[in-house]
Amino acid sequence: MKTLKDIPVGGSARVLRVRGEGALQRRIMDMGITKGCLLQVRKTAPLGDPIVILVRGYQLSLRKADAALIEVQ
Amino acid sequence: MTTATRTAPLKVALVGNPNSGKTTLFNALTGSTQHVGNWPGVTVDAKEGRARCGGREARVVDLPGVYSLAPYTSEEVVTRDFLILEEPDVIINIVDATNIERNLYLSTQLLDMGIPQVIALNMMDLVRKHGDEVDVRGLSEALGVPVVEISALRGQGIAQLLEQAFAAADEGIPPFFNRKFSYRVEDALARIAKIVYPVVPPEHLRWYTIKFFERDERIRARAAQGHTQHEREDFSRHQELLGDIEPIIAGCEAQLDDTAPSIITGESYDFIERVVARTVRRSVEERSASERIDAVVTHRLLGLPLFVLLIFTIYYLSVTVVGGVVTNFMDKTFIGHWIQAPLSAVLVRGGAALWLRSLIVDGIIGGVGAVVSFIPQMVVLFMLLALLEDCGYMSRIAFLLDRALRRFGLSGRSFIPLLISTGCGVPGIMSARTIEQESERRMTIITATFMPCSAKLPLIALIAGVVFGGLWWVAPSAYFLGIASVVFSGLILKKLGRFKSKVSPFVLELPSYHVPTARNVTRSVWERISAFVKKAFTIILLLSILLWFLSRFGFVGGRFGMVTSLDHSLVAGIGNLFAWVFAPLGFGNWRASIATLLGLTAKEQIVSVIGILTSKSAGAPPLTMLFGGQRIAAYAFMAFNLLCIPCVVAVSTMISEMKSRSWALFTLTWQLGWAYAVALMIYQLGMWASGAVFGPGTAAALLVLAALLFALLRPKPARGDGPGCHKEGSEES
Repeated sequence: MKTLKDIPVGGSARVLRVRGEGALQRRIMDMGITKGCLLQVRKTAPLGDPIVILVRGYQLSLRKADAALIEVQ
Repeated sequence: MTTATRTAPLKVALVGNPNSGKTTLFNALTGSTQHVGNWPGVTVDAKEGRARCGGREARVVDLPGVYSLAPYTSEEVVTRDFLILEEPDVIINIVDATNIERNLYLSTQLLDMGIPQVIALNMMDLVRKHGDEVDVRGLSEALGVPVVEISALRGQGIAQLLEQAFAAADEGIPPFFNRKFSYRVEDALARIAKIVYPVVPPEHLRWYTIKFFERDERIRARAAQGHTQHEREDFSRHQELLGDIEPIIAGCEAQLDDTAPSIITGESYDFIERVVARTVRRSVEERSASERIDAVVTHRLLGLPLFVLLIFTIYYLSVTVVGGVVTNFMDKTFIGHWIQAPLSAVLVRGGAALWLRSLIVDGIIGGVGAVVSFIPQMVVLFMLLALLEDCGYMSRIAFLLDRALRRFGLSGRSFIPLLISTGCGVPGIMSARTIEQESERRMTIITATFMPCSAKLPLIALIAGVVFGGLWWVAPSAYFLGIASVVFSGLILKKLGRFKSKVSPFVLELPSYHVPTARNVTRSVWERISAFVKKAFTIILLLSILLWFLSRFGFVGGRFGMVTSLDHSLVAGIGNLFAWVFAPLGFGNWRASIATLLGLTAKEQIVSVIGILTSKSAGAPPLTMLFGGQRIAAYAFMAFNLLCIPCVVAVSTMISEMKSRSWALFTLTWQLGWAYAVALMIYQLGMWASGAVFGPGTAAALLVLAALLFALLRPKPARGDGPGCHKEGSEES
């Protein structure tokens, strides 16, 4: 299954579902990463992690470990 | 709207996302009437202020910035509990129009609560400048509440906002919010509502129903508690009925192949997308100014060097430039020549007794003055930090450093508490609240006060200047020692089973940069400085008087009275009781012991105590003799005092932020043990290296070093070590 972690910088993808449960899933979804939403990977931090994505018109930073919970296509 | 004749002021709750301009709006609404309100039942020190409109008054409560009303962060719980338990007359929901989709997500949850509310659509000036349009009327119709355009920054639309809020409160009509979830969800919600309606407040029925559907444990518990005895009885009678809810939720989840919270969140955003599609017209996407700044500031190669340069500049300006010049001026010229000397002359002319002169000039002014002279550099430091916070750079710091700090069991967000702690540990510890991951937040609180706060600066200056004669590396080494303590404590502690906690994601918004406002910056500086000033004129003032008394009085020849030599004073007796503890660290004498002990009340006190105890008038030995003439002992003394338990105010903050007695105890033990271990190694190994005989102290220091190295290098245990594994407990002996 492809996840947000596999999307290269500059690439875009549509969210299929957010894995995990409880706080893990809810906190990610609360930020607007929901089914069908379009995400764009903008950049990586100087040390390689975390990443910055553009979601619903604003910039959000996520750790790669959390990005791996977001299934995309 | 003048019909109302209520005597009690209206209660207004201000709710919104972080970075939505909520603090700016709060400042614009309440001006200088702010204070920290106390709300029983809700453990929060929410700020409160008074707003006036048309001759009426309202109490405005600034609730913590949240993205959602889920039960997963302390801010969310506080906001929720306040809205349900304190029953505000009206909510002002501030929405950032430049980031409208995500901001409206919180609004949908607020609208479900059934409390009268008004939406303050902020930053509309920026939206227009960008060439975008928002159909405010359409938005108001879609959401069923009044929407008022404002610019919190420019103070535009504030009067209209208050007018609408007062009107909504007077009418007391909940929002006409007829958002519908998909058919299957609404069906499930209707069946749940039928079960729960007898046990929840009718005005919040929709909200409770949705929360029951999301399996929100806190809401279930809240309903069980009830507001009244009657409600509690109702609930227990309905207990078995509530068992019927679970199959309804499970059925809906199976049909939609998703978890309940995910269904609600997804459909809420779908609803917002539809509303936004109808009411917002966006012009062509172009690279914003913010993104252009970020292209440089968070650049792969430039980002980190720029950050280092910025932090260096801040410290150079506040500590070296302002600290060196102004603090010296305040201490010597302002306090010494302009206040102490003339006051002393006046007292002599007025015929005041010697003891009174000594109490006022040396005790009170000397003690409090030592603290007050640090205010200028703290103001500059806090001002520069507030500028970084207000413009949006702090979240970039968290982004840049997250990877590095994670190695030490910290988070990117930990840098801000550590940075603020170099000013004062109290706001530093409090700012750790923004860290979601529990283990990372605790690690931050434990290590934050290792950073030398400004109250510790006088000690560093004293040791570096007087004992080491201004040797260049001594003062910077104090910072290095603090950073090294954070790093090594983190590396050792994160392997303990204690530091395993539930996983929560690191989600960090990178808000658009904006020009900091003078009002926000001054207010933030004042909030942080006022704690320091209060401390100077309360605890430190009292202690200065007490110390003056203890050091000037004592028993000589069996008679109690004023003593001429400090060695006969009461304070010497007390100090001697503890001196043996510090003997292995090289400063086992009563003066250094008393300084250390009183340093726990406020670290500034260390220097004023040393000042009083080594003042020439009392025939005391010069400072260097305090450490047997050994520089290494003086350095160990400094290291111990920098690293050990912080002042009482910081300790009480730590205890309340840890929210656990066992964690508070663990923190204090670790800080004390770590400081003792480090000072022991510095003194014993330093003496050995400079040619002293190998003794039991040297052996103990080597043992501690070996134990720490083992703890540092051992592989991370696969399973938890169990609670309370104080691996380094031995180092305290």
